[in-house]
Amino acid sequence: MELALLVNLLAAGVRSGTPILFATIGEIFSERAGVLNLGVEGMMLMGAMTAYGVAYGTGNPWLGVLAAMGIGGLLALLHAFVTVTLRADQVVSGLALTFLGTGLSAVLGAPLVEIRSAPRLPNFRIPFLADIPVLGPIFFDHNVVVYIGFLLIPLAWFYIYRTRPGLELRALGEYPAAADTLGINVIRQRYFYVILGGALAGLAGASLSLAITPLWVEGMTAGAGWIAVGLVIFAGWDPVRGAMGAYLFGAIRRLPLDAQNLTFFLKNPTLGYFMNMLPYLFTIIVLVISSREAMRRRAGAPAALGVPYVREERGA
Amino acid sequence: MSDSYALEMRQITKRFPGTLANDRVDFTAREGEIHALLGENGAGKSTLMNVLTGLYHPDEGEIYINGRRFRFNSPGDAIAAGVGMVHQHFMLVPNQTVAENVILGLRDVPFRLNGRRIEENVQAISEQYGLPIDPRAKIWQLSVGEQQRVEIIKVLYRGAQILILDEPTAVLTPQETQGFFATLDEMRRQGKTIIFISHKLDEVLSIADRITVLRHGANVATVDAAGMTKPELASLMVGRPVLFHIDKPECKPGEPRLLLDGISALDNKGLTALNRLSLTVRSGEIVGVAGVAGNGQRELAEVICGLRATTGGVIDIGQNNVADAPPIVVINAGVAYVPEDRGAVGTAPNLSVAENMALKAYRKPPIGSGLFMDRRLMREQAAELIKRFDISTPGPLTPVRKLSGGNLQKVILAREISSNPRVIIAAYPTRGLDIGATENVRNILVDERSNGTAILLISEDLDEIFALSDRIAVLYEGEVAGVVPGEQADRDAVGLMMAGETPEAETAPAVTTPHTEAAPS
Repeated sequence: MELALLVNLLAAGVRSGTPILFATIGEIFSERAGVLNLGVEGMMLMGAMTAYGVAYGTGNPWLGVLAAMGIGGLLALLHAFVTVTLRADQVVSGLALTFLGTGLSAVLGAPLVEIRSAPRLPNFRIPFLADIPVLGPIFFDHNVVVYIGFLLIPLAWFYIYRTRPGLELRALGEYPAAADTLGINVIRQRYFYVILGGALAGLAGASLSLAITPLWVEGMTAGAGWIAVGLVIFAGWDPVRGAMGAYLFGAIRRLPLDAQNLTFFLKNPTLGYFMNMLPYLFTIIVLVISSREAMRRRAGAPAALGVPYVREERGA
Repeated sequence: MSDSYALEMRQITKRFPGTLANDRVDFTAREGEIHALLGENGAGKSTLMNVLTGLYHPDEGEIYINGRRFRFNSPGDAIAAGVGMVHQHFMLVPNQTVAENVILGLRDVPFRLNGRRIEENVQAISEQYGLPIDPRAKIWQLSVGEQQRVEIIKVLYRGAQILILDEPTAVLTPQETQGFFATLDEMRRQGKTIIFISHKLDEVLSIADRITVLRHGANVATVDAAGMTKPELASLMVGRPVLFHIDKPECKPGEPRLLLDGISALDNKGLTALNRLSLTVRSGEIVGVAGVAGNGQRELAEVICGLRATTGGVIDIGQNNVADAPPIVVINAGVAYVPEDRGAVGTAPNLSVAENMALKAYRKPPIGSGLFMDRRLMREQAAELIKRFDISTPGPLTPVRKLSGGNLQKVILAREISSNPRVIIAAYPTRGLDIGATENVRNILVDERSNGTAILLISEDLDEIFALSDRIAVLYEGEVAGVVPGEQADRDAVGLMMAGETPEAETAPAVTTPHTEAAPS
């Protein structure tokens, strides 16, 4: 039954796209404020490891989620201090953060690898809605983090486009000097959104280790953080388009697993190798395309993205 | 406490590392007054206003508004106290709408934005002060004049009683300036206090009620505008008498030295910047290029100097077509270039004055020989040029980044003119220079003209264009909208052409289109 397999694949796409979704929306906030944070992968890994450890230690997965968001925010605070206050290069600082997060999570998380019994976030089948054919299983029979993701999309969209602070956020990344002259505290707000981005990256990690693939192994994000960074550009810094991209990539990442059962692939076993390449291939393509300056401009990058804000001061 | 002043700044002192930007400045302004703030670059005007808008904290001094003392810790505090500033470089977010820009940063706007209500409010203010604008338009769609209106509306929307306008007319055409002055009048009538920063003395005299002049960070005079004259103001600013009249001998144009025929080129965004442009500059004449910024001026200069590819047309510098030839060919053909960006294009900031002056001469004897350079000769020649062009620098070995804008420009002129050019392309040669240095640079250009050099002068300063040019070419959207003889030029006609309107028949006799222009004899 090929339809059942397709429904399966799409449901899996929504599920495994959820961590990417959190990370993407977090990065959208950070970049809208004018700060590029390439540390998403590192923050996600630290979030995943922390969440798993805290959930195991306390027996409460929600405390794990909180701790993950805290550690993500803390790492982002470091990035904000280095790039907003010290005005260092955002690319260098972000890469360093990814290295830091990857290494630190591997070291600190080593004892957790053997543990398979940390409590997970619950699954929840939404009554009635889940019974709708096709749509039901794709959207309404999931872990709770998936629903949190559903809620976050319109919330983020509304905040950015329809609220006063959202307007300030958009000005922050486009023309911080204008915001400054109007009495908006550019430095404080940039800190806020970078930290928010980090907290969401932490949440992304937690959703991975406590719900989507409930365990901890070193480097378990497998590039999801990088996909998020690239998706932000493809989405034109828009959370709704970012969400669609996240689910699409979720499906692509699931393809090697779920497609194995399709009769077409059973006849051509070598295709499996190609399918295994797909997620990585797409990650590389996304990053290559999105790293081109011209591409970013066309996609509508915030004009002041990557530029530290300095109030014009004279001096020696 | 003198309560009659809407604004009183007392003994404001602001120091930056190595400089005293404001030295115990007193400044007052009344309700319903247009108060001009005059001064040369570096006189401390911007610093004083940045103190007033809360961007800088004064080291000493006090600010009173309507007799009440204020301490501004941030721009937000100044806005709350009714001080608003229209910056010279507009503080507008390009991809947001007029209405969004107007309410940006306001605290009393509801969390959830009500687009229609905001647009209605903006509309109301725009009607009250006669500032027509579409609240729904995006900033990038607006002309410079319209953007300025948005800036003013933004300030008024915040209930500002004290408005600071930083060189507001620098970007406007003469016609737009007239409309702008009508707005200022209206705001004055409604009791606003307006502080008008400018260096255009004619404008200041025509619109201001009182004038304060700053020099070297100190207030040298606050006077009533009525009864003041241009030379009096200028000597207050500079500290010595200034001659406004440029002694310009009669124009004796010779053979054509620079011929542009049907030149087209793209700008950095790939859009048409020059559209089949034709222009001739002859020996011994200055052709001024007037136009609102962004109508192809920069591309025109770059195309001639070989710095930008053409998409069609011919450039003739007394020999063959040099369109798309590398810059060295153009230089060897005798073209000197005084670029718009002195710091990045005109000079190498970390090289010394002497090295910068030799940047053209180093290739050839006597300075260059094979792989080597005669550095002593280079220094000697630099010392001569420093004397001849009256450049104030500690010495020929000082890095040029330490020079002021005026002296930097003189270094460029010294280098270019000492190469005995046949043609000079001067782009905004006096932009940002103070009165003294401007006078100097203009005289150098007039002297070169007397020596028979052909000069193409690109400038945004219409006074300068009118004072120096033998012919004026008006650039509009990459085309020459018309060429007017300098001495008969009519400001209004030029202004209309700058705005893209074809002059009417009555004013037309002085105008010839470039294509029908009589061939030089």
